[in-house]
Amino acid sequence: MPQTLYDKLWQNHVVHEEADGTALIYIDRHLVHEVTSPQAFEGLKLAGRKPWRVSSIVATADHNTPTDHWEEGIKDPISRQQVETLDANIREVGALAYWPFKDMRQGIVHVVGPENGATLPGMTVVCGDSHTSTHGAFACMAHGIGTSEVEHVMATQCLIQKKSKSMLIRVEGKLGKGVTGKDVALAIIGKIGTAGGTGYAIEFGGSAIRGLSMEGRMTLCNMAIEAGARMGFVAVDDTTINYLKDRPFSPKGETWDKAVAYWRTLKSDEGACFDCTVDLKAEEIQPQVTWGTSPEMVVPIGATVPDPAKEADPVKREGMERALQYMGLTPNLEIKKIAIDKVFIGSCTNSRIEDLREAAAVVRGRQKAANVKLALVVPGSGLVKRQAEAEGLDKIFVAAGFEWREPGCSMCLAMNADRLEPGERCASTSNRNFEGRQGPGGRTHLVSPAMAAAAGIAGHFADVRDIL
Amino acid sequence: MQAFTKLDGLVAPLDRNNVDTDAIIPKQFLKSIKRSGFGPNAFDEWRYMDHGEPGMDNSKRPLNPNFVLNQQRYQGASVLLTRSNFGCGSSREHAPWALLDYGFRVVIAESFADIFFNNCFKNGILPIVLPKAEIDALFGLTEYTPGFKLVVDLEQQKVVRPDGHAIPFEVDAFRRECLLNGWDDIGLTLRHADKIKAFEERRRAEQPWLFS
Repeated sequence: MPQTLYDKLWQNHVVHEEADGTALIYIDRHLVHEVTSPQAFEGLKLAGRKPWRVSSIVATADHNTPTDHWEEGIKDPISRQQVETLDANIREVGALAYWPFKDMRQGIVHVVGPENGATLPGMTVVCGDSHTSTHGAFACMAHGIGTSEVEHVMATQCLIQKKSKSMLIRVEGKLGKGVTGKDVALAIIGKIGTAGGTGYAIEFGGSAIRGLSMEGRMTLCNMAIEAGARMGFVAVDDTTINYLKDRPFSPKGETWDKAVAYWRTLKSDEGACFDCTVDLKAEEIQPQVTWGTSPEMVVPIGATVPDPAKEADPVKREGMERALQYMGLTPNLEIKKIAIDKVFIGSCTNSRIEDLREAAAVVRGRQKAANVKLALVVPGSGLVKRQAEAEGLDKIFVAAGFEWREPGCSMCLAMNADRLEPGERCASTSNRNFEGRQGPGGRTHLVSPAMAAAAGIAGHFADVRDIL
Repeated sequence: MQAFTKLDGLVAPLDRNNVDTDAIIPKQFLKSIKRSGFGPNAFDEWRYMDHGEPGMDNSKRPLNPNFVLNQQRYQGASVLLTRSNFGCGSSREHAPWALLDYGFRVVIAESFADIFFNNCFKNGILPIVLPKAEIDALFGLTEYTPGFKLVVDLEQQKVVRPDGHAIPFEVDAFRRECLLNGWDDIGLTLRHADKIKAFEERRRAEQPWLFS
């Protein structure tokens, strides 16, 4: 019987299965960061348990780390304690790799895993972080877990799971100029809603997806969780394999050839059945901008802010009204007329080299608008930063009045000092526009890196296709 | 984990879709390296008039009178009634820790986000999905009946209203067993340690690149 990619990944990791379908799933890669791991390490210690396979662990500090003045260390004592707790835990327990604060390879956990070849096709990848779905770009079964499960994986190398339903999201055609993986992700969420993928594992397919780079695929899979799906993945092809060649933890020599032969089987078979299929036409996807406090509150750049009066469902209508009030917006306002205060280019969604190149292409030779108080560019890792500097991207940003920072999660969730002040409006390449996400009272509009750059130049949202 | 069998608890309503985990416990409180003490900061940004930071004396902070959970009639509630996609967003287990510490043992909703739903079971919280019509009725009853309580019976898998109307609910059999007994998942899994070892050895031979 033809199998889906998900069927294959699942089957390949079942250690034990009960009659009711509850299964023990083996975990190949365990990514660890400072926020969701301390209680797990402590739990392990209190129970007198040893980690099952330390060489599955790849760790880094990212959520709390500052993005400037590294020479001054972490000023917030509670943030510092959390990062130092990770240092101490890894020192005691060990790991395949640990990239601590200030290390050249330190960065956002979902950026450093793939760029070092620590994420390989066919793996199960987990992390106490919902954006672990990112790694699905490599045909991995990758998803976020809570801290109890972080401890469970450390102690047993397994998770107790039930198989999800499968969804195929097919995007056929060719994406237009200035339309990116981020716009595809937001357009999908706009179509199926933030709970549309709940209970499903999503496979992204179709010619437009195959046309995306690994960076674009990571952006797309990263946002699967914003569509409610714990995981989203893309089949292996030449793009995947070319990306992985010669990465530090990628296999070498004969093992590489053997691995590639296996990886090439990681795609859905012809005629495989999905529980649900959603189709989008690439040509119809335009640059997207969110207007509300949920990623599903999204429209194309040429549109206007929706009018709650036209919503029939009272709970939804009230939700829209509340969102508009929080966002300080009125119905029917043109998106292009919304002025912004800040720009944030970064996060596990959009901080890779391609994202920075796309933003720099818009910014090159232009100046940040006077009303934009701060435009922050935060590379996803030390390696991304170094690469961008080698290409001169940092100089382009700085010349335009943008700030070039050190790597980390930064203003995506504002656990460090980078944040919005109450009422400030931000064009952000991050993944969540929830109330207070980028700082209490802050107003987030999710966009692609190119669109964030365009807004930074114009001072309000603008169609990047008119600039390129 | 604290077992859950049956509860007769006061109901508090949170009439919103898409309540995300950033709202349940804002990020500044995630800096704690402990599992407990998050209750006073549950729904912090909605609950208080000022901006909360770790280490503040929460008993001295001004409460937002417009936030429903601050109403006197809902103090001591152990059942949270809400709408669809509750717990969406981040995988932070601090969200169920905060709800539990606040006093909630049951969350009743039209639907839940996957990771949050799973995290609840690891912490002795029972998340219950009910049909929209039942939820609508429960919101009405909660609003118009002072001291409205529900009996939540996990053994029988039903929610019983004071008027005797019983609403059955589904729960995964394995999760139900764990919750009823307060079992530790890790202990259960380690009963299969030999199987895990055998699986791992086979995997190491077949796909050695996963173990470098």
